[in-house]
Amino acid sequence: MSKLNSTGQQTADAPTPEDAFHEAAALEGKGGNGGPVLSADGTPLKRSLNRALRMQKMRALMLIAPLLIFVLVTFIAPIADMLFRSVENQIVGTTLPRTVESVSDWDAEAEEAPGEAVFEQLYYDMFLAAEAKEHTKLGTRLNYEQTGIASLFRSSGRDMDDLGEDYIDALEDLDEAWEDEAFWYALMTGGEDAAGNTDLLNTQRKRLSNLTSDNFKGDIGFVPGAEISQLLPNTARAYTVFALFTVIADEDVVSEEEPWEAVKIALVQDLKAGADVAAYEGPGAAELRAARDMLSDMPEIAFKPAFLEIDEDWGANETWRAIKIFSPPFTSGYFLNAVDMAKTLDGVEARPENQQIYIMLFKRTLFMSLVITGSCILLGYPVAWILSNLPMRTANLLMILVLLPFWTSLLVRTSAWKVMLQSQGVINDVMVWLGLVGDGDRLVMINNQFGTIVAMTHILLPFMILPMYSVMQTIPPSYLRAAKSLGATNWTAFWRVYFPQSVPGIGAGSILVFILSIGYYITPEIVGGTTGTFISNRIAYHISSSLNWGLAAALGSILLAVVLILYWAYDKIVGIDNVKLG
Amino acid sequence: MAETANNDAFVEFERVQKSYDGETLVVKDLNLSMPKGEFLTMLGPSGSGKTTCLMMLAGFETATHGEIKLGGRPINNIPPHKRGIGMVFQNYALFPHMTVAENLSFPLEVRKIGKSDREAKVRRALDMVQMGDFAGRRPAQLSGGQQQRIALARALVFEPELVLMDEPLGALDKQLREHMQFEITNLAHELGITTVYVTHDQTEALTMSDRVAVFDDGRIQQLAAPDVLYESPENSFVAQFIGENNTLEGTVKEIKDGLALVELDDGELIDCKPVNVEKAGDRTLISIRPERVEINVEKLGETAHTLKAEVAEFIYMGDVFRTRLKVAGKDDFIIKTRNSADQRRLQPGEHIEIGWLPEDCRALDAV
Repeated sequence: MSKLNSTGQQTADAPTPEDAFHEAAALEGKGGNGGPVLSADGTPLKRSLNRALRMQKMRALMLIAPLLIFVLVTFIAPIADMLFRSVENQIVGTTLPRTVESVSDWDAEAEEAPGEAVFEQLYYDMFLAAEAKEHTKLGTRLNYEQTGIASLFRSSGRDMDDLGEDYIDALEDLDEAWEDEAFWYALMTGGEDAAGNTDLLNTQRKRLSNLTSDNFKGDIGFVPGAEISQLLPNTARAYTVFALFTVIADEDVVSEEEPWEAVKIALVQDLKAGADVAAYEGPGAAELRAARDMLSDMPEIAFKPAFLEIDEDWGANETWRAIKIFSPPFTSGYFLNAVDMAKTLDGVEARPENQQIYIMLFKRTLFMSLVITGSCILLGYPVAWILSNLPMRTANLLMILVLLPFWTSLLVRTSAWKVMLQSQGVINDVMVWLGLVGDGDRLVMINNQFGTIVAMTHILLPFMILPMYSVMQTIPPSYLRAAKSLGATNWTAFWRVYFPQSVPGIGAGSILVFILSIGYYITPEIVGGTTGTFISNRIAYHISSSLNWGLAAALGSILLAVVLILYWAYDKIVGIDNVKLG
Repeated sequence: MAETANNDAFVEFERVQKSYDGETLVVKDLNLSMPKGEFLTMLGPSGSGKTTCLMMLAGFETATHGEIKLGGRPINNIPPHKRGIGMVFQNYALFPHMTVAENLSFPLEVRKIGKSDREAKVRRALDMVQMGDFAGRRPAQLSGGQQQRIALARALVFEPELVLMDEPLGALDKQLREHMQFEITNLAHELGITTVYVTHDQTEALTMSDRVAVFDDGRIQQLAAPDVLYESPENSFVAQFIGENNTLEGTVKEIKDGLALVELDDGELIDCKPVNVEKAGDRTLISIRPERVEINVEKLGETAHTLKAEVAEFIYMGDVFRTRLKVAGKDDFIIKTRNSADQRRLQPGEHIEIGWLPEDCRALDAV
């Protein structure tokens, strides 16, 4: 130990934590022959140290716990949610599960829309989605990829009830039992003691809970009969869905509600498909046989022409491509969109030039943030210098002036710039009055990049001055004196001695200002016009106006990544240790 | 008081005054001249104006009135960087973002000295302070004493004729400080540079300097060699500021044959050497150094004066004993006796007789 001490003495008189670390490391190395270092009572020193520190750590943790929880809930969780939203795309799969499944076989390269089978599944999916009022959400989602789909879904949802009307009318004309709730209930349960098909019930529960936010748990007073589900699979499925929805979403009793049209259409389909009702002996057997006989005279239900009749866009190849491309539960589509690309069947391609906007916005945001940071450094450095070299009393007074903008509403300050800079504003008026510019050609200083840069430089300036000031305050004036006594001129003394020591302040201020400005929203929104807006304005637009949260999340994630990359680069080039806030 | 300007003076202050606020003078009518190669210390309590004088010489403060000359040339209007004066600062002021070598090379760079020349000079300066192995270190990686050496080397590397030091050893511990005092004086004499050294530590001033200027209240109270300063203080401030001192108040009865007869306030009469008392009836402060007080009065001979004293406190300090006595109605009379084999340790409450030679007892102005 004495030897260690003497080496420590040579390097520095004052022991630093690092010294202690080295000593500890050296001790450990020495411990190789003597085993671990023991404390007085014989336990390993490390363990007793840990024990001694545990209490302290616990207390520290308790103290930060409220903030930690607050940050986790209000900051970390939303960021995680945002990152998730930017790739999440489950709505297509949950709203049109059967359609998505059957459309996977469709050859999207073909000019034609998919065939009858896909439209058949689309009917059942759409019918349920329309009942649950989920079809418009899907329409909105797909509309981001293919304009027009929103209205297609909205109008089609309304017309689902009328599809196959003739068949339903024919069925009900044949026997009034088909309009009778109790009859249907008896038919689908298969009588009092019939074996139930709980698998079907559970599958449909899951399907519905995926579709809506409800979890569709609980007893509904109905279990589809095992025999009937085998005989009439489509009907049983459609009725089970109906039953679940009626009881849980509408809070009615199954046996007292007439089934949906989709159930009847399913029945027609099952019977036309040749369900073996001849051997069936359960409730409603006679009615089923009569219906089968009646239907044998009618043609097959044609779903595709029916849909085309509702809206001919259903026959458009693009509609179905959009559905097919965006059917997986996760998609890179939002991110591609955020960098002016589009997802296609073959992979990725650039958007047409007239639709490219985001790359340009990102570039503009970075460029303007850099300009704002630069002008803050230029304007703030001399102020910080003066502040740090004045006597305390005067410095405090001036500091109030620097901080004054903080006490004024951001909105007021920004609006003030609008008053100052507009073409009939104070500055233009003064310049016209002075004869510097003609009345006809007043300068355009607002609603463009210039206005945004001016206003944001003003607003962010305190964030630059404060760290610079606190760093400069710690630089003793004796350094400058020493430099001068050594023969340096004022400029050399400043540039070679003072400036390098103030760099940490510039670094801290720059990081603050740059990161604040890269995500700035209010000021560019008010004074930015069309050429001075930032990416954040676009994000806000997608969050509050177009409601394309996925795209907003993707843009936000890219912005976050850019900031992190720049931060990392800054750390590599300048070193984050070179950032001081005081 | 101060010496008059002479022709071989290297640094001269002529009637220099300085005021910061326009109301009070920090430096009042300063006259000082020092020859080349001298080691002069400005000593004084804080606020006495010594640092201001140094700053005026370095060029960081301007004199309100009067003239400062360097090598016969007035330098009042020359900016600091053109004065060519080396300076060592209190906190060293080593540039933290530069290595030791870069720090030393800085004054050479700004003087546009070639690279190879620069390196040679830096090396020589570092070797001079025995820091040759530390060229690549940053100041923060050095101990206080090492930083001190580097600061010294930096002030000397461009070979200035005058070096100013502003309490350069203030931050060091006692042992290191004593060592550095020795090194600095050696170096200054070896290189033959003129040095102005500011300190408030009188031991430092006495051990290092050729001459010491004692500052108080903006004036030089006495400018003399250390031994003169200690043994023959010219006024009561110097007497009390330099070294430990016993004072007794009294009135001058008469002055004759180079001796003053002083009546102490309790009526005792003693003989003193008059320093700045003029006539009978003047109030005076007589000063006696604690080590010149003898407790074995028979050793002193006939001329000595003796007084009765009572021991109040005995303090053992190792090499000396320090004893506090009650003398002539005051209880802060200190005597120092060497811890020699035959020296008696006095007991509190003991009544003894003390005495001193009249020439060791100086009658000064009453404060």
